[in-house]
Amino acid sequence: MSAQLDAIRRQLVSRPLQELYGELKTPHAWRSLLLRLRAFVALIGIVIVFSSISPSFFTGSNLLVMTEHVAIVAIMAIGETFVILTAGIDLSVGSIAGLSGMVAGGLLNNGLILHPLDMVIYFNVPLVVLIGLGIGAGAGAINGAVITKLGVAPFIATLGMLSVARGLADLRNNGATFPNLAGDHAHGNTGFEFLGTGKLLHVPFTIVLLAIFVVVAVYIAKRTAFGRRVYAIGGNERAAELAGIRVNRIKMGVYVISGICAAMTGLLITSQLGAAFPDTATSYELNAIAAVVLGGTSLFGGRGTIGGTVIGAFVIGFLGDGLVLVGVSEFWQMIAKGSVIVAAVALDEAQRRRQSRASASVASIVEEVVGSDKRAASN
Amino acid sequence: MSTRSDVVLRAEGISKVFGGTVALNGVDFNAYRGKVNALVGENGAGKSTLMGILAGVHQPTAGQIVLDGEPMHMESPRDAGEHGIRLIHQELLLFPNLSVAENIFAGSELRSPTGVRLRDQEREAAALLARLGQRVDPRTLLGDLAVGAQQMVAICKALSQQVRVLIMDEPTSALSTREVESLFAVVRALVDDGVAVVYISHRLEEIMELGDFVTVLRDGKLIAEAAVPEIDSHWIVEQMIGRDPSALFAYESRAVGQPLLEVEDLTLARPGGGLSLDRVSFSVAAGEIVGIYGLMGAGRTELLQSLLGERREAVGRVAIEGHRVDGDSIGARIDRGLFLVPEDRQREGLVQALSVKQNISLASLDELGTFGNLSLKREARDVGVIARDVGVKVPNIDFSITALSGGNQQKVVVAKALMTNPKVLLMDDPLRGVDVGAKSELYRIMTRLAKEGIAILFTSSDLMEVLGMADRILVMARGRITGEFGRDEATSRALVSASNPHTAGAAV
Repeated sequence: MSAQLDAIRRQLVSRPLQELYGELKTPHAWRSLLLRLRAFVALIGIVIVFSSISPSFFTGSNLLVMTEHVAIVAIMAIGETFVILTAGIDLSVGSIAGLSGMVAGGLLNNGLILHPLDMVIYFNVPLVVLIGLGIGAGAGAINGAVITKLGVAPFIATLGMLSVARGLADLRNNGATFPNLAGDHAHGNTGFEFLGTGKLLHVPFTIVLLAIFVVVAVYIAKRTAFGRRVYAIGGNERAAELAGIRVNRIKMGVYVISGICAAMTGLLITSQLGAAFPDTATSYELNAIAAVVLGGTSLFGGRGTIGGTVIGAFVIGFLGDGLVLVGVSEFWQMIAKGSVIVAAVALDEAQRRRQSRASASVASIVEEVVGSDKRAASN
Repeated sequence: MSTRSDVVLRAEGISKVFGGTVALNGVDFNAYRGKVNALVGENGAGKSTLMGILAGVHQPTAGQIVLDGEPMHMESPRDAGEHGIRLIHQELLLFPNLSVAENIFAGSELRSPTGVRLRDQEREAAALLARLGQRVDPRTLLGDLAVGAQQMVAICKALSQQVRVLIMDEPTSALSTREVESLFAVVRALVDDGVAVVYISHRLEEIMELGDFVTVLRDGKLIAEAAVPEIDSHWIVEQMIGRDPSALFAYESRAVGQPLLEVEDLTLARPGGGLSLDRVSFSVAAGEIVGIYGLMGAGRTELLQSLLGERREAVGRVAIEGHRVDGDSIGARIDRGLFLVPEDRQREGLVQALSVKQNISLASLDELGTFGNLSLKREARDVGVIARDVGVKVPNIDFSITALSGGNQQKVVVAKALMTNPKVLLMDDPLRGVDVGAKSELYRIMTRLAKEGIAILFTSSDLMEVLGMADRILVMARGRITGEFGRDEATSRALVSASNPHTAGAAV
């Protein structure tokens, strides 16, 4: 027995560590690669299936239209990614989108009415957009404050905001829509439709906006102290705290980011529709969370990427549009989406277990080899 | 020495391989009828694995278990239980939300066709508790009992069925002195009834007091078995670490400079009333390594947490290099030059989702760029330098932190601390759960830092560590400093007596 063990040990020691690490992964390399890239694999699957059913699916114009729809999911999901990376959740994104759309719609339609002064102020479109985003930031800040200052669990805090923000959106015009967002040259507030329908060098502006959000979000996640701290808090909040990280401040930040992204989504939808509906983006939090988890971000926090989320958003967007294109009813779409989310989380669990098994065996082997080196050196 | 016929349970040539790791290598072990065999060894020596095999939790890769001369095979703890082999886990594995009686009979409920016979369970539980001299109502919720009483319930649970071999894993680690005494009385009574007890502990004084035999494991191998009257605690330590314990820490005296950390009347209220820290005053100078010794609950961890600013409700004066920091946030104190290497690496020291590099740089992100940007190039360079300096053994700093051993992970935590350029380093039980080699290496790092002028304050519940490492030792009991000893005047006897919560206080 002991001779056998010595043989194992000799075999381990005779190979360089790096090689060993690589080899450990090979037995199931393909499977684990597929598992890691599952969102991408799903996306390719969706494209292949729908292209074979409907010839109009994989055409340039349809792809552009679908990508515009994807942008709406993706921008919201990017904000949600930061929240989920801290092991939180933001259920209020759909309602915040609705609220910011209604606020912007009201400002464009009627202007800001100051009753006591008997005055109406009209803002130009960039200002309206900024105010809309500000509403999102404010709602996010309230989420963050309730979570960090009052100690309410993110699930409950944002569930509350889901209801409150939707109620405010309804209140804004008593449940009615703002039907005319074209603005008036006299008020200098025309051009809101550019956001959702305009083109910049032949590229739909929505897609340009998505690109900007992706680049900025990737930069924040990868190349700023804030981003690193987001990962650290999600990975181990206590360790982050003892490393001097101001945990509450970072958490506040992620909910504000999520609110801003949600508001952007609301403004885009409003602009595309040319009217502000109070029930805009209802239950969109489901899409956003689905995109995040499909993209491989762990609901336990600390693990995930913006790129993954964007791919996840493509899966959700293409799946929805594809089902519409081949004439599947809206009800079946809901069933498909719900199943996809649960499947994504189940796969995430499988990957997590696989990884912790792999790293445990790597740990023991690294140990073994390093230990033997030490023994050899001391002899 | 006892004769062979007294051996109830015998493990012969047990080996166990987990993944690529050899946890046990050809180990023999005996449990003697009516005797206590103490199993000792450093963390990672293979104690828990051997225990698990004896109790049917693990199956040996090679070797066999012999019960009453008959080789046997155990598939599960249930199998072992049917043969009268019972294990009491260190972390008790009881249900705080159930009653004492329900806990004792959990898994082996007294059943009747109409359900569980609660009355009978309560009556039998009361009888068992009485046998151990416990006056506890079996209907009490377990969670309402003190840890010592919960320990007794765990023993009752083991005794609720026929028991021939009782394995106890560090049963006293959370007990007060008085609770330890009554536990020992219970163990002695069981032994008198002929039960074979396997007792795992790292408290040598307990082993000397309670044990009949001692079996030492090291690196998964059996090193020695001896009858307790024939040996002393020094012998045990030597067998455990494989050399003269005093050689583990290569001490050199250092020049001591200005005081860097000054603490005056630091007081912290305990949530349930009373004080966790009671007017603690001391100082640590540049180049000095000060050890804090004390039993569990003496206030060691609370002291370090209050110094770091985690317990903002603590009052009293804390100054770093003459600047008062009490009232400051953790981040502000870190900026002043304080850093804590926490007690629990996994839960407090490391972020498992991040790489080795990202863990090391975690507390210094502001220095690695401007306006919150992060220079990844600079991060890789600076972390590389520190990791080499501290001797983190990893082929690549982008490796996952989970791929490292305990000792190596501890070096990562130390590297993270050093990245912040600390002036005062707090280390809460820094050598816990690291192997012998890494221990002396970590100590070398600590002495080097001290030589460079850092003030180090560490805690330990291990006498040998404190005596071996510290220039000066503060002893704590019940939230107070009950003794202060220079390196030359410190003896284990003096430390133990100053740390005793019942007698200490007279010492100062």
